[in-house]
Parts: sequence; C-alpha cells; structure tokens
Amino acid sequence: MHLFTIGLRKTIWKILPVLVFFALWEFTARFNRFSTSMIFPPFSTVMLEMMELVKCGLMIKNLADTLFRVFTGLCVGTITGMIIGIAMGWRKVIGHSLSPVIGILYPIPALGWLPLMMLWIGINEMLPIMVITISAFFPVCYNTASGVRNVDRMTVKAAHMLGASEKRILFEVILPNAAPQVFAGLRLSSGMAWRTVLAAEMVAIPTGIGALIMKGESLVRVDIILSCLFVLSILCLIFEKILEALEEKWVGKWKNCA
Amino acid sequence: MPEIKLVNVSKYNCLDLNLTINDGEYFVIVGETGAGKTTLLNMIAGVLEYSGTVLIDGLNINHLPPFKRGVGYLLQELALFPHYSVEANISFGLRAQGYAKSMIKERVSSLMKMMNIDHLAGHYPHMISGGEKKRVALARSLAPSPRILLLDEPTSNLDAQTAKYLRRELHFLLKNLGVTTVHVTHNLREAEEIADRIALISNGLIEQVATPVELFFNPANSSVAEFLGMPNIMECNQSRSLSSGLVEIVMGDLKIILPYDGRAIKKIAIPPDAVHIYDEHPVQPLLNSFIGTVEDIIQNNSVVILILLIGKIRLIAELPTSIFDSMSIERGGKVFGAIKIERLRYIGS
Repeated sequence: MHLFTIGLRKTIWKILPVLVFFALWEFTARFNRFSTSMIFPPFSTVMLEMMELVKCGLMIKNLADTLFRVFTGLCVGTITGMIIGIAMGWRKVIGHSLSPVIGILYPIPALGWLPLMMLWIGINEMLPIMVITISAFFPVCYNTASGVRNVDRMTVKAAHMLGASEKRILFEVILPNAAPQVFAGLRLSSGMAWRTVLAAEMVAIPTGIGALIMKGESLVRVDIILSCLFVLSILCLIFEKILEALEEKWVGKWKNCA
Repeated sequence: MPEIKLVNVSKYNCLDLNLTINDGEYFVIVGETGAGKTTLLNMIAGVLEYSGTVLIDGLNINHLPPFKRGVGYLLQELALFPHYSVEANISFGLRAQGYAKSMIKERVSSLMKMMNIDHLAGHYPHMISGGEKKRVALARSLAPSPRILLLDEPTSNLDAQTAKYLRRELHFLLKNLGVTTVHVTHNLREAEEIADRIALISNGLIEQVATPVELFFNPANSSVAEFLGMPNIMECNQSRSLSSGLVEIVMGDLKIILPYDGRAIKKIAIPPDAVHIYDEHPVQPLLNSFIGTVEDIIQNNSVVILILLIGKIRLIAELPTSIFDSMSIERGGKVFGAIKIERLRYIGS
C-alpha cells in the first residue's frame, strides 16, 4: 500500500508539470493582448486541428512517410555504426586507422551533408534516409568504439584464462559490458535522426511531417505547425522510452555495479 | 598434482628466475609492490610472453595457451563479470570449455556449497560483499578443476578478520583438494601462517626459498632480514616445561613463558614490533615483562628503533614515532617492556 502511494506520488509529479505547462499555454494564448489566436493559438485549438489532420488522413500519411525514413535510416546507420565501432574498439589497428577519419567527419552537422547528398543522390526517397543514416552512424560508432575500448581488460584476461574463444569473449564479455555506452550512442542517434528528417523534409522532400510544417508555414497556419511539432515531440519521446526500456531490460540489473 | 619448474624465465624486471614448486605444495611468494610477484604468476599462467622455460610435471608448456595449462588464476582485481549472476560467473569457464549442461549444473552447485555462497546464486557481483566476491572468483577459478591454482593477493582489500578466515579456509580447502597452489602476497604474516614454503622476491630476484621457520632463523642476506623486520634471534640458555602445555625459556636475564607442546626450545626469534615499551611501570601485571636500559635510539621516518640492554642481552624494539614522542625515553634511561607471544617464532630441540 505504502509503495503504491509512493508510486502514485511519483507519477503525479511527472504529469503535473506537463499539465501546468499546457494550462499556461492555453491561458496565455487566450488572454494575451499582443498576438492573435492565429499567430499563437491556444493548446485546445492545436489539439482540435491535430484531430482534423488525423481524420482527413493527412497527418497519418505524412507521419508514415517520416517514420519509414527515420526507422530505415536509423537501422542502417546504427547497425553500421555498431559494426565499425566494435571493430575499432576491439582491434587496435582498425581503431588507430579509422579514428582520424571518424574524428574529421563526426563534427560535420548532419544538415551539412544535405546539399552534397542532393547532388549525389538526387531529390528522392533515398535522400532523407541517407542523411539520417549518416547522422545516426557517428554517435553510435563513436560510443560503441569507446565502450568496447573501455571494457575492463581484467575481465577479458579472466575470460581468456577460463578458456573462452575470441568470439565468446566478444559476444559474452565485451559487448554486454559495452552495452551502456552503446545505448548512450543509440539515444543520441535517435534524437539526431528526428532532427535531421525534419530538416531534410522541410528543405528538399515534398512529403512527411517536415513538409507538412512547411505547408502550414506557407498558409500561415500556426496551429498546423504546432500540431506537427507536438506529434514529433511525442514520437521522439516514445523512441527514447523504447530505448530506455530496452536498456533497462538488458543492462539494468547490473549496470549500477560499484 | 603437478610440479612446476621455472628455468631461466625472464620478463620485465624478473631476470633469469629459477624456481621449483613441489606437487601439492602451498607455495607463497612474498615481496613488496613492484617486486615482480604478479609477473611471475602471469608467466606461469601463460598470459604474458616470456623467455625461458616453464615446465609442468617435466613437460615444457611454453607453447600452450593459458587454459590448456591446467592453471586456475584468481586475479587480484577478481574481474568478475558484472553482467552475469554469481552462478553464471562460476559456470563461465565450464561453458567456454564445452562441458555438458548437467555436469556444469552439478559442478557449480557443489562449488557454491563448498564456498558457502549457494544462497547468492542469483545475485549480481555489485550486490555482494568483498569477501563474497573473493569466494565467487575463487569458485570460478576452481570450476574447470585446475591442477594448479595461482592466487594473486587473495586477501587484499578485506578487513583483518575476514582476511584471516579466508586465508585459513583457502589453505584448508586447497590442501584437501590437493591443488598445487602459488599464492602471492606482500603480507609476510599471511605467508607465515599458510605457506609450506615461502619465496622472498625483491626487484625481480628470488632472494630466498625456505619454510617459514627457516626463513626467520636463517635469512639468506641482509635484504631478507630487513624484509623480515630484523628479528631478534636468540639462543635459549634454559628451557623447561611448565604444567598445561607451557614452556619457560631463559636467555640471560630475559625470561619468556609461552605455550609449547614440545619439550624444549633451542632458538627464538622476536620481531622488534612484538616488544611493547612503557616509560613507566605498567599498572597491571604483565606476562613476559622486563626492565631494560636504552642503549641507543634510532629515528626512522615513521618508527623509532630502540636498542635495549636487559642484563647482558641486547634486544631491538620498534615503536611508532607518534607513541615514542608521547613518552619520555632517553639514552641510558630505564624502560619497561613486555613481549607479545603471538608473533614469536621458535625452533624446538
């Protein structure tokens, strides 16, 4: 009973600030003297517009396009990043050879690749996927390499002494121990992917949530823009929570080790 | 039960080491930090490339990888796998070497019972105490039934009481299992307590290999004697049995009563820090007390060495500087003392 009360209190404290934020939004939009409801619509108007967009199918269609791009780019980018990151952390030669290249390319903002990709790939479905792949690749690669490199060498020595093969050491010792850092990279990549897809769709692609936002802007429909941003933030949060749950499932039991 | 032989093995500061460790022996290597103790273990284990030859039962094993040498290794850092439960940690080696599942279960369960950790099977390493971690790591090293066990500072980072229990258990257990054990420590008292033989290593050189008693009474050189704490070694003029397993020994004007089952004691070694010094007559009566004259005072950094004369007997005592500073002791003055019998070493007739 006591635990239930504590849990309930925690949930209330998580939800309450969000509710206060929406209430303040609603109140400010309705009663401020400086802008019209067209420029700064209340929260309730944004919600109603979002329902409209869902009903007419526009939101669902654009969201599906965006989700497909994010999911595909994220999968390709993170899997490639993990494989190369593992190779860099596991084998010093590969790490030493690739580190300078990764070091040069990592700081380039994802959108910096956009003009180049437009010329190389053209304006088609592959463009946002490619840019997302690039933006998701670096954080995962960097974090995986560093996670693998930072695994306690003594545990590797112990595994070696106990007769484990290189493959078993990699899969049963190195990777599980590097997992917390790999997950940190995945979270960064996920956030990066959403930012990138939005920008790519706004600049170059006529479909997707980013394109819908641009349409809202051209029609001076702030309610459409805000409902798209709201949906995006919810999706980002869902991705983050999925990763959090996976991390908790795989490393939560032991990652608080002293 | 194998015999280990090192012939001219060299790595880092260890140069041309030669050493034989007998079948089933509990062999302890003692030395200060950086003396080369762990390097020696790593060479036996084969986790380090070295020059020279390591023989087990007369066979050259230089070409064999670590796990094919039949060696279990308890690392100083323990290196438990943090993502595995206690049970999975112990079974790791067996799984890696392809043992059958039923055999693994049986072996892990018996090891956990033997090490008194069966109640921790599902716990993760961060959930258990330092002493329990040592037991888990030991069980993991013993799981593939090694013929040789290498222990690198197995009682480090434990409180004195837990360390004492663990080393007694270790000695008892490994002797019963008949595993040839090479135990590395910097703690001489630990070595004395459990070793069949001790090798004293300093700057990569083996200074002396001897039984604990031999080491104390016949240090090979001044560096060994210094490591042992320069014990006062005395011939006993008289030794007579008292009732109930006690013996009284007389060395000039110094008399000591100590528990002893034999008939008489020939030689005794008194470590300087086993001599307790008082500048006033102690209030309570003390066993093995004496009154001496201070012949000399030698101040080191953290300790003060007193050279005392008790009649014609010269006795070296050592006390911490902080305690010395709180007393009024000067050259030529009288001091009162008592000898702690727990740390005395003796040779019987």
